[in-house]
Amino acid sequence: MERDFTKKKLRLGEQAMEGLLFVAALIGVLIVVGIIYVVVSESAKFFAQVSAIEFLTSTTWTPLFENPEYGIAPLLTGTFMATLVALSVAVPLGFLIAIYLSEFAGARTRETLKPALELLAAVPTVVYGYFALLFVTPILQSWLRPLGIELPGFNLLSAGIVMGLMIIPYIASLSEDAMRAVPRSMREGSYAMGATRLETAFRVVVPAAVSGIVGAVILGMSRAIGETMIVAVAGGTQVQMVTSPTMQGATVTAFMAQVALGDIAWGTLEYNSIFAAGLALLVLTLLFNFIAFWLQRRYREIY
Amino acid sequence: MTVAVDAPNPSDITAHPPGLATRRFKDSVFIVWGIIATIIGLGTLVALVSELVNDGGHRLTMAFFTSYPSSDPAMAGILSAWVGSLLVIITTALFAIPIGILAGIYLEEYAPKNPITTAIEIAVNNLAGVPSILFGLMSLGIFVQILGNPERWFGFLPAGFRNAAADMFGQSILTAGITLALLILPVIIVATREAVRSVPQEMRQGALAVGASKWQTTQHHVLPYALPGVVTGVIIGISRALGETAPLIMIGGLTFVAFLPITRPGDAAFEVIGAVDEYGGPVTPGATESIRIDHDGVVVLPDFSEMPVEAGQTYDLPHGSTVQSVASWGDALASWSPSHWLGSEFTVMPIQMFNWTSRPQAEFLEIAAAAGLVLLVITLLMNGTAIYLRYRLRRSIKW
Repeated sequence: MERDFTKKKLRLGEQAMEGLLFVAALIGVLIVVGIIYVVVSESAKFFAQVSAIEFLTSTTWTPLFENPEYGIAPLLTGTFMATLVALSVAVPLGFLIAIYLSEFAGARTRETLKPALELLAAVPTVVYGYFALLFVTPILQSWLRPLGIELPGFNLLSAGIVMGLMIIPYIASLSEDAMRAVPRSMREGSYAMGATRLETAFRVVVPAAVSGIVGAVILGMSRAIGETMIVAVAGGTQVQMVTSPTMQGATVTAFMAQVALGDIAWGTLEYNSIFAAGLALLVLTLLFNFIAFWLQRRYREIY
Repeated sequence: MTVAVDAPNPSDITAHPPGLATRRFKDSVFIVWGIIATIIGLGTLVALVSELVNDGGHRLTMAFFTSYPSSDPAMAGILSAWVGSLLVIITTALFAIPIGILAGIYLEEYAPKNPITTAIEIAVNNLAGVPSILFGLMSLGIFVQILGNPERWFGFLPAGFRNAAADMFGQSILTAGITLALLILPVIIVATREAVRSVPQEMRQGALAVGASKWQTTQHHVLPYALPGVVTGVIIGISRALGETAPLIMIGGLTFVAFLPITRPGDAAFEVIGAVDEYGGPVTPGATESIRIDHDGVVVLPDFSEMPVEAGQTYDLPHGSTVQSVASWGDALASWSPSHWLGSEFTVMPIQMFNWTSRPQAEFLEIAAAAGLVLLVITLLMNGTAIYLRYRLRRSIKW
């Protein structure tokens, strides 16, 4: 079939297409602007009624009391405790897996195990929540009881552990990528000096890949900070200063979900408080992204 | 980098350095540790599946898929949840797939080096790390509060316009679909960029050399080869959207839904005439409205007396009346139109499961496990497909 490719028609179509593509790409920026706009403007209404100093320094969050207090600290301790537990599970396991897959396992084993492990990140988080509440918690209870520790049904320990299992693929997969990017010649130099595989891995490959590994850990960490459903299901909803992982406690995200599940009227202080919590979450996430960026720049080794 | 070799005499290079056996042994010990760590990771998946099968496997009957949720766990099912998930995912896909692919193509093939492009790149890269609950917060602010309550914000616009916005947005399937689409956009953009980048430059140059325009080159010579990579990204994005709970809780996804956004033939349909308050009474008592009845049925008047009505007739009905009829095939087909269901309230599988998990009775935990099993099998199958596609891709194409 003959098609009419006269120049004018073509040029118009081309320009329209380019415009369309540009608009599609611009949506990414609009989302960022939208998130920041909503969170900041609604938080502003919150801070018009609650002082920022109280928000940052008070250690109680009691919006329903007669003298309501709005201190973010209890929610932050919940978030940090859950994240700490998650990292102490995910960092050693992810690191071991990454070194094993990158330096010891054969190509076939690696190609099979890596995607299989990545499935861990694909499991819906509400399913993980169920798993933490009804599988991990009972096991931990039976292990800790002989030690004299009574673990409550809702606790940040099991929520954190399951969160750690969830972020293993982020840490393992990205660290492994970083280690595999270390040139072969560096390993061969090390072997030629008589080093074993393990010595090469820890003294040559890991130091060379450290910026990538740190980036992987921080990405996993920001996933843990933003995770909602596991802590909402298994961590409990009681807002309190969390000092031990065996306590129950609400995280920033779990609190937001908890309030949203109830019927909240637009414009009330309670409604605005979830945006203030959201602002804290946003600042925290951006902070860690920035630290990761800075560390990677600072410690990057270029070959 | 130096490696300490604990040789006693550096000149004697033919002798084995002492302690070699120990160092070799450490190597094998580490391999064991690596394998144990891997097994813990994979074992989690096995434990997860077996726990769900153990708890809820016996509840996976046909009736589970065809029943509404209920206060009686023995009768409850996931009908409204899976239909809601399906409709939300269709909406998500319609937004996310075209926008994500077009944006990816723009960034890889078209974008000039300028501050706007840099801003887009930074935005896309950072969005992937933003917690999903913040996307929900943004949708709550924009789509539920602003667009869903147009009379509060856009009083200057014509009423028809405002009503259309109020019908579509708010706590609706459309809002949920857009929220999840924005959430998975970075996944699809990044996958598209990688796939497009991997198409060799010669393909483009060949097409351009015989006179093809830029878009013709992209459309006919770059996209077809990038397609498998794009599809992989789309599947992973959609499966992520399917399992997301937190953002939909933020925008007010319901936890108990005993109706479907779409009608099946034979379903009872209820239509309330006029605006009613929360007790079902008319907002303006005494007002009437002329209604043309489509099916033979019954009208329940505000005083709860019943009045039979005939199809094709027009009646003056007082506000607060309810027209009851049985949906015909025609009604059912009409209800499939997106303009009908996009504005409907909804629940989805993860919210339904969350609701059942947070109840104390063991029977509800059983059906929560059954719902979780359905969800898990679907997401693992989708991700398995994506992994297989990626594997095939790596094998089949050799540039």
